[in-house]
Amino acid sequence: MNTTKQKTLSHLDWLEAEAIHIMREVAGQCSNPALLFSGGKDSICMLRIAEKAFRPGKFPFPLVHVDTGHNYPEVIAFRDKRAAELGERLIVRSVEDSMKRGTVVLKHPGESRNKHQSVTLLETIAEFEFDACIGGARRDEEKARAKERIFSFRDEFGGWDPKNQRPELWSLYNARAHKGENIRAFPISNWTELDVWQYIEREGLELPSIYFAHTRPVVLKGGSIVPVTDVTPAKPGDVVEDMVVRFRTVGDITCTAPVASNADTVAKIIEETATTTITERGATRLDDQASDAAMEQRKKEGYF
Amino acid sequence: MSARDNISQIEDRGLLRFLTCGSVDDGKSTLIGRLLFDTKTILADTLHAIEKTSAKRGMEAVDLSLLTDGLQAEREQGITIDVAYRYFTTGTRKYIVADAPGHEQYTRNMVTAASTANLAIILIDARRGVLPQTKRHSYIAHLMGIPHILVAVNKMDLVNFDPAVFDKIKADYLAFAAKLGIKDVKFLPLSALTGDNVVDRSEAMAWYDGPTLVETLEAAPGAHSEHDEPFRLPVQYVCRPQDSANPELHDYRGFMGRIEAGSIAIGDAVTILPSGQTTTVKDVQLAGQSIGSAFVEQSVTLLLADEIDISRGDMIVKSADTAPAVTKAIEAELCWLSETPLEPSRRYLVRHTTRTTQAKLAGIAYKLDINSLEQVGADKLQMNDIARVTIKLAQPLAIDAYADNRGTGAFIVIDESTNNTVGAGMIVKAAD
Repeated sequence: MNTTKQKTLSHLDWLEAEAIHIMREVAGQCSNPALLFSGGKDSICMLRIAEKAFRPGKFPFPLVHVDTGHNYPEVIAFRDKRAAELGERLIVRSVEDSMKRGTVVLKHPGESRNKHQSVTLLETIAEFEFDACIGGARRDEEKARAKERIFSFRDEFGGWDPKNQRPELWSLYNARAHKGENIRAFPISNWTELDVWQYIEREGLELPSIYFAHTRPVVLKGGSIVPVTDVTPAKPGDVVEDMVVRFRTVGDITCTAPVASNADTVAKIIEETATTTITERGATRLDDQASDAAMEQRKKEGYF
Repeated sequence: MSARDNISQIEDRGLLRFLTCGSVDDGKSTLIGRLLFDTKTILADTLHAIEKTSAKRGMEAVDLSLLTDGLQAEREQGITIDVAYRYFTTGTRKYIVADAPGHEQYTRNMVTAASTANLAIILIDARRGVLPQTKRHSYIAHLMGIPHILVAVNKMDLVNFDPAVFDKIKADYLAFAAKLGIKDVKFLPLSALTGDNVVDRSEAMAWYDGPTLVETLEAAPGAHSEHDEPFRLPVQYVCRPQDSANPELHDYRGFMGRIEAGSIAIGDAVTILPSGQTTTVKDVQLAGQSIGSAFVEQSVTLLLADEIDISRGDMIVKSADTAPAVTKAIEAELCWLSETPLEPSRRYLVRHTTRTTQAKLAGIAYKLDINSLEQVGADKLQMNDIARVTIKLAQPLAIDAYADNRGTGAFIVIDESTNNTVGAGMIVKAAD
């Protein structure tokens, strides 16, 4: 044993080491896990963590994406390219198939498919008999997430009961579940938006182009910037203008809004993230603005 | 004080996990709100939302405690159900705050929150002084092995910033802290409401010349940084890419895990427990690349010189270091977490590092009365009880005392029928 004081990890190294440990616990404890990969920045970090955790071996889980059919094409193309580069198996299941089966019924054709991803996710879990899903959710995203476990137990309906969660102590994670039940594991629970961007910079990770400043037709509506797309066309009376924007989060087109920004490099985004005055979801997630408890309600219904 | 002016410096002192203990009455939520607010962690939209709620509830000033209100059920009932985690940064450090509520399930929640903390802030209301709950919080913080305790005497504005009040509380606290064996305790007079001594130095308390709260947090030692520890690596997963297209990998066997203590380098002689077989370290890797050496808290892959049968649940230690005890019976402090009481005649599972084994209670030496801190007799344990117990194990575990190493001295108890985590244990010593 040497006699000098032991070193301390930098905060990014610590977060990375914790995330690797969590992924390896899923692999060690669960017989058939999956990693949810959307092509978004958080799940891109997760793939790098999986490489650090399991290379030179293959990932002990497939990548899974639940596609609403309303995702930005740049992100879908990036998803496929990244999975191919890594040589890992990608499973895509779509909300549109659930609609065809009749398990997802929209209230009206224009209704956002975002919350219906839960149904398709549960169907995918049942189809492949996954006993655990690894996701890129972070506790700093939203109030209900602040109380989420790293290993979160879901009942056979995929439901999350905030009053009945397993105590989680030290780094002793309990992934035991009966057949039909499910564990959701969140390796980057303790990361903030700024940590994610700093990690992307340090690791030199490639991202879909819409994360960086670009010119896009938009409509300004009640403080939100609504992109004009095939899915969200301008309505009569809307004033369409070209604006330089970037996306802070990337998801279903109907509920993801960009922010006005000239940041066209990771370094500029880090600077902007560090000095922003609006939270990530507050600025960009139209679905969480519905009510104070919107995310909590979706999680109870099986959402990530 | 904005962290955001100094992003490049955040790395300097790494990460600190701490815990806040106290009830809403002590101003705990207000203190966390103040920390988040003064370090500019709270952003405009969140602030705007709580301004609206404060106004709706007829309050004149912004109620910072609303920032830590999480779930709908909690807002409806005006209580906090569960441990919540918050994040902020100052110029030199990133912090993870575990915020445990102060209601009937307090012990269980505080034990959970304390398990990962390296510092505890114990809040005392300056008007009320040291209360039974202060002793309870301090005892649990000490039991859970939190090395640094900061007693924050809050609401100093309500006692006219009087130094005599602060000194009296300090003397009262030190008297019982000595009995518990708490070594590192610091005291700080503050007002979470007005912000005195939180980030900014208090003008009203010029008589206090110690560090502010944020200065104290920035200077606190990180976990594992204070003394050298013997090397411990519980094996999580074995990497065998034998079907890889690369023939060089056909004999690759990587033992993956997170270093719980100490350091390791190529060439070190190691012992595998519980088997006791020995070999040397051929390589230390991350992402399949050699990094030569590694230290505590890093997740790594070890390659060994000899082919030895090693699987998840085994522990790799340095042969030159003090060895852990390999035992099938342990004496431990056990905190019961489940609403279903401990049934002494039942079998449970014990999860220690990466190993899970069946276990059975062999005896309860005593239970602790959490209010008087006296030892009392017991034949079963209810939720929130803390007891000294002996446990028999079906398979041997390689253990350290929790006081020496939290990672290899801690275990959880799992109920096999529900799969719930029902107990948390801190190993005192081997019992055979």
